[in-house]
Amino acid sequence: MAIERVVSKVIKFYVPLAAYLAFLLFPFYWMVNTVFKSDIELYNMDLNPLYVHSPTLGNIVSLFTETIFLRWMANTFFVAISATLISLVVSLLAAYAIQRLQFKGSGPTGVAIFLAYLVPQTILFIPLAHTIFKLKLWDSLWALVLTYPTFLIPFCTWLLMGYFKSIPKEMEECAMIDGASRIKIFRRIILPLCLPGVLSAGIFCFTLSWNEYLYALAFISSTAKKTVPIGLVTELVRGDVYHWGALMAGALCASVPVALVYSFFVEHYVAGMTGALKE
Amino acid sequence: MAEVRLENICKHFDEVVAVDNFNLSIRDKEFVVLVGPSGCGKTTTLRMIAGLESITSGEVYIGDRLINKLPAKDRNIAMVFQNYALYPHMTVFDNMAFSLEMRKRSKDEIKQRVQEAAEILGIQELLFRRPKQLSGGQRQRVALGRAIVRNPEVFLFDEPLSNLDAKLRAQTRLELKKLHERLATTAVYVTHDQIEAMTMGDRIVVMHDGFIQQVGSPLELYDRPANKFVAGFIGSPAMNLFEAELNGAGDEISLRAGDFTLDLPPEKAQHFQDYTEQKVIVGIRPEDFKQAAEHSPGKTIPATVEAVEPLGNETYVNVAAGNVALTAAVGKRTEIKPHGTLNLVPIFENMHLFDSRSENSIL
Repeated sequence: MAIERVVSKVIKFYVPLAAYLAFLLFPFYWMVNTVFKSDIELYNMDLNPLYVHSPTLGNIVSLFTETIFLRWMANTFFVAISATLISLVVSLLAAYAIQRLQFKGSGPTGVAIFLAYLVPQTILFIPLAHTIFKLKLWDSLWALVLTYPTFLIPFCTWLLMGYFKSIPKEMEECAMIDGASRIKIFRRIILPLCLPGVLSAGIFCFTLSWNEYLYALAFISSTAKKTVPIGLVTELVRGDVYHWGALMAGALCASVPVALVYSFFVEHYVAGMTGALKE
Repeated sequence: MAEVRLENICKHFDEVVAVDNFNLSIRDKEFVVLVGPSGCGKTTTLRMIAGLESITSGEVYIGDRLINKLPAKDRNIAMVFQNYALYPHMTVFDNMAFSLEMRKRSKDEIKQRVQEAAEILGIQELLFRRPKQLSGGQRQRVALGRAIVRNPEVFLFDEPLSNLDAKLRAQTRLELKKLHERLATTAVYVTHDQIEAMTMGDRIVVMHDGFIQQVGSPLELYDRPANKFVAGFIGSPAMNLFEAELNGAGDEISLRAGDFTLDLPPEKAQHFQDYTEQKVIVGIRPEDFKQAAEHSPGKTIPATVEAVEPLGNETYVNVAAGNVALTAAVGKRTEIKPHGTLNLVPIFENMHLFDSRSENSIL
């Protein structure tokens, strides 16, 4: 009986899980694998490609010496963190206002924000490019800091609206009777209670800004101002020559911060996405 | 310490009238209970006093201050909510200290007052726990503590006991009443439970459909309900209410309902001269029945027993007299069995009559 249960659990749970994990992690494995191979080994079709025969750090060295990878990382950090902060502040206030202040037109405003989220980036970047040009922000990191919130704010606002909804209204009313102003209620009661929601929204913003490709490609042209995704692809693919080793080294280094952020906040992230305020 | 006056209060939600022309003067230190079925406007009235709901028209005074436009925080009131609304991320101490902190009291004063309130409620050892580590009853106390720590002019309670189990509710009811005596502060208490209303209120305001039906002390409402609604709402089990027709004239008036007739005693009959040959609603409380050994037309109601409910201290019998269903209290122990017959003799002095159209009491 007990053995049957174990077997059934293995078949129904662990085998599919392992298959799924293998599917998900294979690209990462391939990436790490490639980083430590020399070009000679990489292009030698006789060798087993799943295994590194003579490991080398050459690709990492060339990434840091032949490109300004660290500069790109700094740019990406700056853009991602600034866009995240701007989006969080705006979304928190917007979501709270729409959900709790019940002003005239609060419902349609919420829907309008959601509709803005549905407009594809590939369409939006044309008018945005025009605006950026008019603002004389072309080829500046500020162009990205200001355009990323256009797709970050709608999602975060909706996520946080759901979160605010789960906080009992009485709690705020009680605070109001206790003598707290709206701003104090927001700071002392609402914000601490929806910290998981704020964290999820923050992680979401950070990852999306970190990985963003289209706007960065369209609005930035000088090498020194590029972000990691653009820098790698434009500087390490020269003509039709792919510097696979360095490319993969760049990809590996760029995924580390995101992986770290996730692993620190994963529990809050799940709680935030499921949106429940557990008393 | 303050009296609360509500003058011609109306509240409309778009087209819906939630509270209509509400007039009430609550004396200093009085415990007033607003009671009624859900949707009767009692909570809305309370929230208007609290400042959580705008007032469509009318005036609310606390003491001499007109408070219509005053924000909730400046009204010097404290409110206990049905779900307690404790701040889950704060300890019990911080929950209780929050309002004092907002009013910029000194740390020492806050500590002292929270301690005092905690002592009154017996929750000293809970001060550094968080709400989720507390039982329902304990949370309830913390919510009370949060209200009394401020020493407000008026306490507002919005069904504070409805999340507790029956036993705890009865216990807390008593404690709340003692607490009110000790603090001697004006209190407005909202409940849908008429037992809570009867046991706790100095005065009860019965509401229905946004209107005040009757205001009075618990026993006034019980003994002299102003209309059919109050008669049916106050008292448990509820008063027996059935339609009947009055016939006769002068001292000889009889009442016919279902398949029985009752001759009214002459002194009672005189009151009902104007209602003969008309339909009226008769109200008799379950305990206002005696039993007779035999049926005598005009004096007793012959009825078939449908169910017997022994509660130990009292037994209720549900009977049918023709198409009239009645409940009668028949004392502690009884031999009565279902399907048997019972001859009920109403105590006429305690009988109520209501106009069948206006449903108001006829006296």
